[in-house]
Formats: sequence, C-alpha cells, structure tokens
Amino acid sequence: MIRGKREVQTFESKSYRNTILSCPNPLTPTRRDERDGLSFSRLGFNQYAGWRWPSSRALALVLIFSCCFLSSPLSFELLAQDWVKTGTSLGVDKVRLAVPDFKASTTDPQNAALLKTFNDTLWNDLDVSGVVELVSKSFYPLQVPGQPPEVNYLAWNVPPPNAAMLAFGSLGVTAGKLTVQGWLYDVKNSQSPQVLGKQYSDASSDAAARLMAHKFADEIIFRLGAGIAGIAETQIYFVSDRSGHKEIWAMDYDGSNQHQITRLGSISLSPRVSPDGSRVAFSSLTKSGWEIMMFSLDLNRPVGFPHMGGTNLSPAWSGDGMKLAFSSSRGGEPEIYVADASGGNLHRMTTARGPDVSPSWNRKTNAQIAFVSGRTGLPQIYTMEADGTNQQRMTDQGYAVSPNWAPNGQFLCLAWIRKYGPGEPGASDIYLMDIASKQWVQLTHDGGRNDFPFWSPDGRHIVFQSSRSGKEEIWTMLADGSKVQQLTFTGRNTQPNWSWK
Amino acid sequence: MKQRRMKWFALVVMLGAVMMLGACKKKATPPPPPPPPPPPEPTASISVSPNTIQAGQSASLTWQTSNATDVSIDGIGAVQPNGSQSVSPTDSTTYHLTAKGSGGSQEATARLTVTQAPTPPPSTPSVSDEDLFSQNVKDVYFDYDKADVRGDQQSSVQADAQFLNQHPNINITIEGHCDERGSTDYNLALGDQRASAVKAALTGAGTNASRIKTISYGKEKPFCTESNEACWQQNRRGHLTYQK
Repeated sequence: MIRGKREVQTFESKSYRNTILSCPNPLTPTRRDERDGLSFSRLGFNQYAGWRWPSSRALALVLIFSCCFLSSPLSFELLAQDWVKTGTSLGVDKVRLAVPDFKASTTDPQNAALLKTFNDTLWNDLDVSGVVELVSKSFYPLQVPGQPPEVNYLAWNVPPPNAAMLAFGSLGVTAGKLTVQGWLYDVKNSQSPQVLGKQYSDASSDAAARLMAHKFADEIIFRLGAGIAGIAETQIYFVSDRSGHKEIWAMDYDGSNQHQITRLGSISLSPRVSPDGSRVAFSSLTKSGWEIMMFSLDLNRPVGFPHMGGTNLSPAWSGDGMKLAFSSSRGGEPEIYVADASGGNLHRMTTARGPDVSPSWNRKTNAQIAFVSGRTGLPQIYTMEADGTNQQRMTDQGYAVSPNWAPNGQFLCLAWIRKYGPGEPGASDIYLMDIASKQWVQLTHDGGRNDFPFWSPDGRHIVFQSSRSGKEEIWTMLADGSKVQQLTFTGRNTQPNWSWK
Repeated sequence: MKQRRMKWFALVVMLGAVMMLGACKKKATPPPPPPPPPPPEPTASISVSPNTIQAGQSASLTWQTSNATDVSIDGIGAVQPNGSQSVSPTDSTTYHLTAKGSGGSQEATARLTVTQAPTPPPSTPSVSDEDLFSQNVKDVYFDYDKADVRGDQQSSVQADAQFLNQHPNINITIEGHCDERGSTDYNLALGDQRASAVKAALTGAGTNASRIKTISYGKEKPFCTESNEACWQQNRRGHLTYQK
C-alpha cells in the first residue's frame, strides 16, 4: 500500500507544483444555437475548491465531467451522437513524463527477464493512469540514465522529448535478491531536480518485479496526480465460467494474475469485496435457492452468513465495512434490505411493487443508497437515504440498471439502454450521471452490450463488462471513456468489482 | 459204530455252539444278555414347498426317513433315506414315498398342485405420476418485462390447478425464467416474481401453497439461445417441474 508511506527524500520543485497542482478557474459557458438541442460548455474543475457549475442555465443538455479525475481540465462538446470529446487545447496539459527502460545494475542472468517484466509493467501503469502523458520512446535520446549522475537534463527538457519529468533507475539481482532503485526527476529544474527516490528489495521473482513496478508507479502517480493514491496494486473481482461453472475469480487491476477464488460448482454471481479486503460477499445458487454468501480471503474458504429465505442477490458494502445492502424476496417480492456485515439487524428499505435490486452505497457518506427498481415498468435507477426515506428516481426512460456510486460521492455510473422496447433494439452502454442535477454523458459507443460498470478507488477509471469482442469480457477505461482496454480473454467473464485499495 | 460217530458229532457241535456262544458272550457286555428287541419300524415323512405352483415353476420336495434301508418315491425312484429335490411337474402330482426296513415299511405322501393359468403380464405399462405430470401440466408464458399472468395463459393455470387437485400427492417447483436481453441481476429478480405469480395463481385456484416451491433462474438456464422473439418468448416463462 502506498498510503502512509513516505519516501526517504523528497524535493518538490516549484515548477511542477505550479503546473500540476493548480487548475484554472472555471470558464463561463457559451451557449450554442438551441435548434441543435445542444449546448457547449467548457469547465474546469479544482479538486480542492469543490465542484462548480456554470452559473447560467443551459436550455438544452449540458455535459458535465469532472476534469480533476484526470488532474487536468477537459473540454467537451456534446454532439448529436452523444459523443464525449476531450481536448487539451485549453488550460494545462497533462504532465509530460519520460520513462526510459530501467537498466541492469548487476550481471545476473535473471536480470533480462525481470527487467522486461518491470519495464512493461511500469510503462503500462503510468500509461493508463490518466494523470501523465508518456513521451514516446522514439523521442528519447540514445543515452538513457540508470543513476542520478547520468542524467543529461538538456537531452530531455527540449524537443524532441520535451519532457517535464523523467522517471529512471536500475534493477539487478544479486545472490537471489532483487533490488530496484528508481528516481523521479524534474528535468526542468537541474538545481534541485529530485522529486522522488525509492529503493525496493525482495527475494527475486517475476511477481516481485511486477509488484515493485506497481509500487513505484503508484508513488509517481501520487505525486503527479494531485495527491490521490494510484491503483496499481488494486484487485478486480469478477465472475468467470472458464472452469465449467460460474465462479468468483480475482485478478490484478491490469488483468494479470487471474486466479479462481470459489469452487462451489454451482452458479455464483455479483462479487463484492469488503473495504478492508478480507472478505468477498456474493450471491450463489444453493439447495435452498439464491443465498448471500461470504468468502474469507484470509482463510481461503467460505464463512457463514445467515440464511435469509427467498431469492437473495447483489450484495453491496457500505464504505466503512459495517453494513451490507442486498436484494431479498424473503418477504414475497425482491426488495432492498440493509443488515450488519454479519447478517444481523436486518431492515427492509423498499416496499413498492416491482422488483428492487442492485444496491450501491455512497461510500463517501455511507448515508445514501442507489438501486434499481421496476416499480414503474422497465427498470430505472433510484436513490434513497440509507434508512429508506426520500426515494428519488434518477433516470427518465429506457432500461437502466447496475448503478455504482463514485468514490467522490458526486456521480453514478450505470448501464443504460435509453431507447428500449419492441422494434427498438437499442444498445446497452455505460453512462455517467451527476447526482445533483441528473445530467448524464454516454461513455461507451463501440457496440456490444456494456453492463456492470464499477469505479476504481481513485475515481479515475471504470471497469465494466462488454460483449463487443463477441462474448462477455472484462474491460477498463478512463472515466471519460478513453483508454479502453480488454483484461480477460478466456471463457465468459462478467460482473467486475474493483477493490477499495 | 454209527452211534459213536453221531455222539461224537453232536459233542463237537455242542462244543462249537458253546464256544461261539461263549465268544459272543465275551464280546458283549458281561451282564446276561437281555432278549434282543424286535427291529424298529421305519418312519417316513415327505413334504413339498411351496405346495402350489404355476406351470413352469419349480418346488422343493423334501423327505426324511429313519430305520429304513430301502426308500423310494413314485415317479422318482430309489432315493437316499433323507434328502430333497427340486421338482417341476406340468400337472398336479402326488409324491408317494415308501420306506422299507427290517422293522417293516412306512409310506408318506405329499401333494403338489400346479395351476395352469399364470397371471398374464399387463399389456400396457402402468402410467407413473411423473408421466402424467409431463403430459398434462403446462408452463405459463409471460410478456416482456412483465410478471403478471396474462389472459391467454389463464386456461393453462386453471388446467394445472385442476391436475394438482386431482393428484394431491404431487408436489411441484416453479422456476422463473427470463429471456437473454437485460441484465443478470434484474432478470433474477424478475424471474423470482414470475415464479411467485404462477404460485399465487395456483393457490388462488385451490392448490395448497405448501406443495409449491419457487426458484428463479433469471437468464441463467435458457431453453433456447437464438436471438429472436420466438426464442425470447420461449424463455419468458414460469416452468413447472415435478418434485420427486
């Protein structure tokens, strides 16, 4: 874990602080011709000043997006096809970071393979982070540094690389022990360039090299990403049928290390890991029907959870790990219930006719729950207080399911078929919605059925399920819809869940 | 001279008899020999089990004798004093056993009845409850995103309730299914509602609720996998299954 760690030496250079940590003030929007039904707005977002909305009311739809997810302001343009276009023509660019391959510090024969693992992992972690713009390796000078004395500032801070930051270091195995040294330098400040200097040591293995790359990437992202912790060591839990049955699986956030968690031989769905990472709650088909079950990752076996009766689905943890919300038909119809994490102290939250399912807590306040209800016909998204009061409908049409509340408490991502019904095939896409205003933006456009979006803990990424490759697989993207990447390729993989840390 | 030979001969005979008698006496116990008992009469008994069979079946003939040296059964011939034999006559038979011994002879009989008309095998197999169930009980089909029993399905519900009322020993499980469109979790909830709706319709028509279990399969166990309305309708159903 990166939180709480402090590096041995840090020097914060003024230049990078000025360029990175401050965002410009939001600009007042201009209104386009309303015949298009569109309006054009440019917004900036300051993480520390809070969310600011355009002061004038747009008569047509206004696209909102938080740029501080990506630590740089974005501009969007809402076109007739509901596309999100991001641009960097205004305001501050993302930090240009150069990351030459780390060099071997010893002559051990294991170095070559470990260097490849380390360099590939470090590059990918920084590339998908959303906070830096990686300078293409084709622009790098021929000589790259492996130690601080080797840094030639003039080769890096001018075109072609034109980098603001440089991450470099070395890796070597000595007598079975792997040691990595890494630095982050501000190459525009040759007087006091060091931002970060780290050393990692462990028994030599491919997994150790991978982990060290993740840790170093997270350190860089933390410093260049407005103080939000990186996600390079997080896990994604999901459902896979590749063993012959739908079971709960887990993998690193980048798709590596995919491994099976449950071996129940039935149908197991909806995994949700606890905030402290010790247990996974899920729904499984047992002899007595669909039950909420609990798997202990510490003990590597299921642990007890009370039998509820009826059909029990879609468990969801509150942000403090104290409460579990889920759907149960123990009272006759599927309704949202809240219980203690042990299953005791059960309370029913919804009573309306029609199925209520798929709750999601506001993990910032632990005081609100979003859920799906079919009370008006096709399923729609609702929010309510955690005691069941003040139930508000959020979506206005179509078929809306799978809400997930963003870590900052201000957004939902959801799966939505806005045009639905016989004769209107409609596509299921991932959408983003601002809770306060119910304004929304469509994030996926590339076809397939897209469902079960889930936020990363840094609020910058969304993992989701998509059939665009021909069958259901797990994909990730940045929360503006860019950098879409496929993580799974074997069997059918569904219902992903991002860990909390 | 002949008289002397005769006397001599009689003396030898008497001596031989005395010797033999003495010798015999010496073999036997010393006390004076009791008069030899008369030889015992033989005993005989015979039985057949079972004593009624159908033509083609066999029975077991068992006999016991004692004090007999010559035992025979009519139709079989000479046999051991004790024994048993499997017999399979085509007609009813009386088995006559004769046991002869030094004490006399003894007879015994046993009668085996053979019935000529075996129970004919049934020409049609008896229909099981499960067969009747699958022939008569119909599933209930639903409209898209709906869990209420629509008008054209009411006759199926009524027929199902009638069948269940006629066979009060049959219990069922109703499975709620959905078509492939839509989301996993919502479809499980909708399937739960469909199963509950069918159960409510049956209990409303008089079936005892304790005979009916419900389970939802959502879109997890479809009946067909084509992406067209015909298949989707096939999957949108409450499926009634015989509970063993």
